Amino acid sequence: MAQLHFTSWLREVVPDGPLQADGGTVGDALGAVFRERPHVRGYVVDEQGRLRKHVCIFADGRRLPQQAALGHAIGKDSTLYVMQALSGG
Amino acid sequence: MSDRMLVATRKGLISFARKNGGWSLARTDFAGVPVTAALHDRRDGALYAVLKHGHFGSKLHRSDDGGRTWTELPAPAFAADAAGAPALFQVWTLETGGADEKGTLWAGALPAGLFRSDDRGESWHQVSALWNVPEREKWFGGGYDDAGIHSISPDPRDPKRVVVAISCGGVWDTRDAGASWSLQGEGLVAAYMPPELAGQKETQDPHRVVRCVEAPDVMWMQHHCGIFRSSDAGVTWTQLKPSGDDFGFAVAAHPRQAGTAWFVPAVKDEMRLPRDGALAVTRTLDGGKTWQTFRQGLPQQDAYDLIYRHALDVDETGVRLAMGSTTGGLWASDDAGESWRLINAHLPPIYAVRLY
Repeated sequence: MAQLHFTSWLREVVPDGPLQADGGTVGDALGAVFRERPHVRGYVVDEQGRLRKHVCIFADGRRLPQQAALGHAIGKDSTLYVMQALSGG
Repeated sequence: MSDRMLVATRKGLISFARKNGGWSLARTDFAGVPVTAALHDRRDGALYAVLKHGHFGSKLHRSDDGGRTWTELPAPAFAADAAGAPALFQVWTLETGGADEKGTLWAGALPAGLFRSDDRGESWHQVSALWNVPEREKWFGGGYDDAGIHSISPDPRDPKRVVVAISCGGVWDTRDAGASWSLQGEGLVAAYMPPELAGQKETQDPHRVVRCVEAPDVMWMQHHCGIFRSSDAGVTWTQLKPSGDDFGFAVAAHPRQAGTAWFVPAVKDEMRLPRDGALAVTRTLDGGKTWQTFRQGLPQQDAYDLIYRHALDVDETGVRLAMGSTTGGLWASDDAGESWRLINAHLPPIYAVRLY
């Protein structure tokens, strides 16, 4: 299962990780987290399901391009970090 | 008179209360987080605050115990099938429905979505009829990338009649609680448009529209290009001519006296500063025929304070006012705006002030 770490800025809505989730893509893994913790969804993606503009995701040590992040393929042992992008202030 | 005040700032919701004849800071909630709108619901005592996390979106919170504890509620959200599939950028204004519509709230957003809740913010639906008006393609942003709704005014005689103002999308009204909408604003003039389009209703930039509670056909507008008054609930408008600057963002309407309103003038749009570094409040008592300018208690030198559209408020008596500035100054008046007392000069930038 992939390991998901969420920024400490979100500690009020998601616990210190890592959380574990299955999925072939970043979006799949996040979806699994959201099913367990529906409240987290709106902090990471907007109401249309798009990754928020100032949320960035790292997969296995690489920052993912914003538009392609949710569709990025991951492996069973991938490590993901969901972080605040400093572009957001 | 109102003895409490919500101040929505860039760094949290800061509450003040009257104490020993003055205003004291009572509590700070959501420290560090921008609060774009705040509301006290006099029908049930609830407090609402809308946060705009820089990274994680806008979130709505409600307190049923005067701010001691807060509960996060679902934020207004654009419908998945809304044209363009927008996402909420910011809740710009939050208002209560009619006195008999307990639990009904309205929210105006950037982009310019209008949302309604009938269960104290527990759930929201987008008023799609306004989003789907064909004129929307001509709307554009005023200070933001997208057009937005900043003024929502239900008619106290019939809350199914609601006037909404959009920057930049003009004045709209509904008489059936949002099922259908009409574009109003005859008489408004936009100098930022080519001359032949200056009177085009759907591209007007009303910075703020407010209503006289006890004479609800009387509405006041601080427009990007001047000050206007309506005596037919926003259908037609007459431009008023104060002696000084007529640019600004905020306006407050006296709750009972149909001829009385307050404004905070600034040098017009390419500057947006107090004239000569001196902050002033203007008032008319006669529907805009004559104007008074008040400066006592306000900074008169080197002031850069701008009062945003939701940051001037008057209480139900028409005697007590409060206003907060972009540079963190907060003042109150107990004599209908004729003199002011500084409450705090060092607050974060202030987006909205609500007396209650």
